[in-house]
Amino acid sequence: MTYSVKGRSAPLISQLSMSVNSRETLVLLGRSGSGKTTLLRLINRMLAPSSGEVVVEGKSTVDWDAIRLRRHIGYVIQEAGLFPHFTVAENVGLVPQLDKWDPARIAQRTDELLRIVGLDPKEFAQRRPAQLSGGQRQRVGVARGLGADPSILLMDEPFGALDPVTRSELQREFSALARRLGKTIVFVTHDLREALLLASRIVLLQNGRIVASGTPQEFLRIDHPEVKAFAASLQPVPGVPA
Amino acid sequence: MTPWTFFVTHRSEIWSATIDHVGLVLIAMSIAIVIAVPLGMFIVQRPALRTFSLGVASVLQTIPSLALFGFLIPIPFIGGIGPRTAIVALVLYALLPILRNTYVGLTSIDPAVLEAAEAMGMTNTQILTRVRLPLALGIILAGIRTATVITIGVATIAAAIGAGGLGTFIFRGVAMVSDAVILAGAVPAALLAILADLFLALVEHRLRAQ
Repeated sequence: MTYSVKGRSAPLISQLSMSVNSRETLVLLGRSGSGKTTLLRLINRMLAPSSGEVVVEGKSTVDWDAIRLRRHIGYVIQEAGLFPHFTVAENVGLVPQLDKWDPARIAQRTDELLRIVGLDPKEFAQRRPAQLSGGQRQRVGVARGLGADPSILLMDEPFGALDPVTRSELQREFSALARRLGKTIVFVTHDLREALLLASRIVLLQNGRIVASGTPQEFLRIDHPEVKAFAASLQPVPGVPA
Repeated sequence: MTPWTFFVTHRSEIWSATIDHVGLVLIAMSIAIVIAVPLGMFIVQRPALRTFSLGVASVLQTIPSLALFGFLIPIPFIGGIGPRTAIVALVLYALLPILRNTYVGLTSIDPAVLEAAEAMGMTNTQILTRVRLPLALGIILAGIRTATVITIGVATIAAAIGAGGLGTFIFRGVAMVSDAVILAGAVPAALLAILADLFLALVEHRLRAQ
């Protein structure tokens, strides 16, 4: 599958072929501009491939109704992208509400989701995003992504904008959550530590191509310059005992 | 004659001129809003039309108001002497602030919010009505507020083409070289502008707080 943009010589995604297994957490790792976000947007048809196809649950994305497909796939982005004029409950219940669930069922689902991401519904449901900390906003973002109980969850650097302490708390919690929920997750990051912690499989992208892939155990042993470059980012600070 | 005695002796006449004035402003603003807000929504996705319509609205605003009223008189259907011509001129003046603020309001929304809306499976109509418009409302309202204050002021000149309103006293006062008569038109017009500004500021504040 290839995705290119008119007026650019090199395609953003170049003759890429891969599959995501059901219930795995696949981490797309790569530097900025490596094509990982583009790849994510090709999955829920925010973009359509220039050649080749993207198949979701046996059907090519261009054969899906784009709106149906997107409501069927959870999406979580950096900075959460919460609707500032909605309450936390309205944000979390958005997709069920778009799909015209019954209000009582939405309320029940919203409470359940807030508890899943570690927020007390009594305290948080009626707040506005502006009244939350960065970590709490990101928790709401995850809850919103899970809104209509999608079997697939796409996550675009969801913890990227958080301070390092909050980030590692959320990573650990999310790792446990992902195992418990059994969703198929495609997770984009440029942070190798995050990839090693969360992934069942890591796919490394460079210039729109896959250059390495493997389980976290295998990944660091792969002999490729880009893998080594990422591995170097794990090195401890010289002179400070790890 | 002091301004106060003129005011007291002519209060019913001043009152009815004020009503006429408010009428001109309300009609002109309603038409301007009905044109400029949808047009502002429409030009978000159309760069060529955007440049054109914002350009035309800016040019209209630079025409001196008295000249604009004069230009309109000979035009068939919309021209002539009277309130109709005045309303057309007032609408043309009010377009720019509303159009520009609608466009700016709709396009200055956090891209992450719009990305999330699209990724959640909202249709374009839902994104417009449930995300873009509610978030742009405060800025659109600020444009309406600016336009209203301008319109209340410019509407005093409408009296020059026989449209009535508080400008009647101002023109009469200038002809009579009487400050008292000028003030009988100018003070209520200024008060109207201040009241409209305060009222719309309050509405805007309420909306933003939500």
